[in-house]
Parts: sequence; C-alpha cells; structure tokens
Amino acid sequence: MGNAKLTQKIVFFLLGVATVMVIIPVILIFALILVNGLQAISLEFIFSTPKAGMTQGGIFPAIVGTLYLVLGTAAFSLPLGILAAIYLTEYASDNWLTRLIDIAIINLAGVPSIVFGLFGVALFVILLNFGTSILSGSLTLSIMTLPVIITASKEALNSVPKSFREVSYSLGASRWQTVRNVVLPNAIPGIMTGTILGLSRAAGETAPILFTVAAFYLPRLPRTVYDQAMALPYHIYVLSTQVPNVPVKIQYGTVLVLIVIVFFMNISAAYIRAKFRKKKQW
Amino acid sequence: MKNAIEVKDLDFYYGKFKALSKVNIDVRRNEITALIGPSGCGKSTFLRCLNRMNDLIPGIKAEGSIKVEGVEINNGTTDLVDLRKKVGMVFQRPNPFPLSIFENVAFGPKIHRMAKGDELKDIVKSSLQKVLLWDEFKDKLNKNALSLTLEQQQRLCIARLVAVRPDILLMDEPCSALDPVAIQKIEDLMRFLKKDYTIIIVTHNMQQAARVSDRTGFFLLGELIEFSETDKIFTAPSDKRTEEYITGRYG
Repeated sequence: MGNAKLTQKIVFFLLGVATVMVIIPVILIFALILVNGLQAISLEFIFSTPKAGMTQGGIFPAIVGTLYLVLGTAAFSLPLGILAAIYLTEYASDNWLTRLIDIAIINLAGVPSIVFGLFGVALFVILLNFGTSILSGSLTLSIMTLPVIITASKEALNSVPKSFREVSYSLGASRWQTVRNVVLPNAIPGIMTGTILGLSRAAGETAPILFTVAAFYLPRLPRTVYDQAMALPYHIYVLSTQVPNVPVKIQYGTVLVLIVIVFFMNISAAYIRAKFRKKKQW
Repeated sequence: MKNAIEVKDLDFYYGKFKALSKVNIDVRRNEITALIGPSGCGKSTFLRCLNRMNDLIPGIKAEGSIKVEGVEINNGTTDLVDLRKKVGMVFQRPNPFPLSIFENVAFGPKIHRMAKGDELKDIVKSSLQKVLLWDEFKDKLNKNALSLTLEQQQRLCIARLVAVRPDILLMDEPCSALDPVAIQKIEDLMRFLKKDYTIIIVTHNMQQAARVSDRTGFFLLGELIEFSETDKIFTAPSDKRTEEYITGRYG
C-alpha cells in the first residue's frame, strides 16, 4: 500500500516536471522578447519606413507586406481548400484515388517549407512568369497552407451529425442543397478555426517567401500583386544577419510585432472554437 | 385506387446479405399501417425502400416492384426529389436542425422553392397547426428548436415534413426516444393526421401497433409473415410465428 502511494507521488512529480519543462521555454521566449522589444514599440516604429540603413525608423512596409501576403494566401487557399474538403467528404466515393489524394494531402503537410519555397520559384516565378511578387508569394504560401485548411475543414464537415444529412435528403434536398444549407453552416466555425491557424503559420514563414516575394528593402509600398513586398519574417532575418549595427531593440521590436500578429490570429481561432463549443447542442 | 403503395416480390440485399425476401404488401390510403417484428427483421429496411433512403448506403440492391400512387419507383429513372417530397420520413430520434422553429419548418419549402414571404409564413403556420404546436409557439417562432422537449421536437420534425406537402408519412420508431405521456400524445397526433395522410409506422412496441394502427404486418428474418387487420393479427393470427411473437415467446 505504502509503496503504491510512493509510486503515485513520484509519477505525479515527474508529470509536473515535464509540464513545467514545456512551459518554461515559452515563457522565457515571450519574456525576453517583451522586455527587449517593448521599448522599441511606438507609433513611429509601426508606421514609418526603415531609415539610415535600417538602424533607425520603423517597419511599416514589412507589416503591410505580411498583411498582404496573409490576405493573398487566404484568397487562394480558403476557397480551394474548402471546396476540396467538401468534395472529399461529401462527394468522393471511397476508392483508391480518394485514398491516394488523402495520403498526398497528409504528405504535403509534412514537406519542409524550403521545398515549397523552391517549388514556388520554379513554378510561379519562372515558369508562369509571375516574377518575384506578392502573387508568387501568396500562391506559394497557399500551397503550404492548403493541407492544414483541407484537413481542418474535412474534420469540421465530418463532425456534422449524419442525421442532419439524412433528414435533409429525406425532405427531398439534393446533395448540394444538403451541403449548402445543412452541412456547411454547421461546419463553418471549425473551418474558420483551421483556416486561421493555417494562415497564422503562413504569416510567420520565411523560407517560402525568401525567393518568391520578399524584398530586402523597398522605398515605397507595393501597388499591385506583381510587386515585391517586404515581410516581417524575412525582415527579422535581414535585421539580425544581413545588416551591421542594427540596434538590438529594433530587432526585438520587429519580432514582437510578428509574434503579436500570429498570437492574435491563434487567439481568435481559439475564441471561435470555444464560442462554438458552448453553442453546440448536438 | 385505394392503395397508396403496392409492393410486389421485393428482394433487398446489403452486399451479399439478403435482408428482405419476396415481400408483398398493399398499403391503403388514409390508414395507419404498422410494421412489427424483432430487431434486424428487415422492417426498417423495408420502410427505407419506400422513399429510397437505402440508396445512401453503398452496395445495396433492391429487386421487385414498388408502386407509389400507381407509379413504379424502384428503378433507375425515378426522380428521388419528387419521390421524397411525396413520401416523407420521421426518424427514431427527434432530429431538428439547430435552427429556429420557423427555419426548421421553412427548410423544405425553401429548398423546393415552394413559397416565400407571407406565403412561406402561411405554410409554417398551417404545418405547425397540423402538429398542434402553433398555439404554444406562435409568438416564439425564433426559439431554437433544440430547446424544445423531445416530444415537441418530434412534433416539429413532423411539421417540417408536412410543410413539403407529402402524401405518405413513413415513421421509423418515432416514439422510441419518448416517455409514455409523450408517446400517447404522438399517437393522438398520428390518429389526427390519418385523415390527410397515409402513415406507415415501424415500431418495436406491439401495444403501440395495436393501439394506433388499422393494419399490421409482421416481419421475421426478412420475410413478411403475416399482414392483415390489426384486430385480427392481435386476436386471431393465422401464422404460428406471429402468435409466438405477439405473445412474447421471442423478440
């Protein structure tokens, strides 16, 4: 008996240690960035362009560039991802082709991001002649984000009870009417959660944008989708390795801005999920 | 023609498993027909042949003739939308959509573009009146359907069905999730609906079949053993297996 209690104590202790070990790096990273970056944050830092060889001024073009890329990525990957998920869950019959597609999607999610970057260069920049541009970057990020969006959307669609579909069919609704009026409305929160998480990853990626869109420095904001753009992740890389004598607080400040953006996206995804879970009654 | 449904020599297969064998049955209009039998006897499968809901399951095969209002529906050319508008279904568990009362009833008329605006409101009103929910909820049509009691939910499901103006109502154990008081109310509703609709009910509950139906069919292992007036089935069954079932020897 005493032995069992002792074992229990030891196990609890080990579990506790493991949990703390997981949290500590997260807290350390956040604390370090906050302490060092917060002093750089000001309206001027956020809303002005880099000056004096990036040792002064702000990061406005990089913020705008990242927002453009997120929007561009959403514009391509959201419709494509949702439509593909609808096809795979509601229409495709269970055969070898469907299974092959499923496996392909899972594998796509595991491809290293630099591979997406180089693929983007080959296909969008060179072959399709979109050049180094927001268009090429968004498309490259879209391909990277698609598996996440498709997988999340499929899960959301599959979690809609079968009985809803059955009733809809029994009332004479067609397959598309059932998807449109019954399945999709009940899956939207799940789809949105997955999409935002996918986009937040796209916002923070460096490798896929390295050769497809990112500019070292641009004196003005991009005007069309064929323009290059600065982007936060690449700008951080530039500030910390490519330019001499950048004050540490500017580097940390830039990291802080990127983390806040990504964090905000993740929080809103979690919020949507929590709100939906409370409302869901079936 | 007094028969709403005429079934001749219906065989049904799930893959290689034969679930129904040579079923013959004529269902009369404006009557309640009950189908009884032990679990797995094929009564639900049979019911789902009548609105072709089995089509959703891969690998099924139905052979034989099923005529609804004189029209053959067990073939490749049947328009399933038309069929299911005509032959509606009430399920075992009340399954309203997670929408308002109004939106639930309006679902069918909307997808079939039967009405909108005031006309749609009229359909919702008359449908809810038919299931005796109108008086209680006429001022609360925006209430979420999932907040109703199970019995009210099942009524709502019937209203949702009635709104697409079917002729035949298939009920697949519509009371199995309800308590005795609610069951009685739903049975009253079925008697009330009988004058406008032909009703076929699958039930586990023999007393329910005896109480509510005009005719009863007894299924066993995929065969329709006996089909006649309910009184006769329960007082003087002609087949020994029917007698054994209704006296509780098995099932």
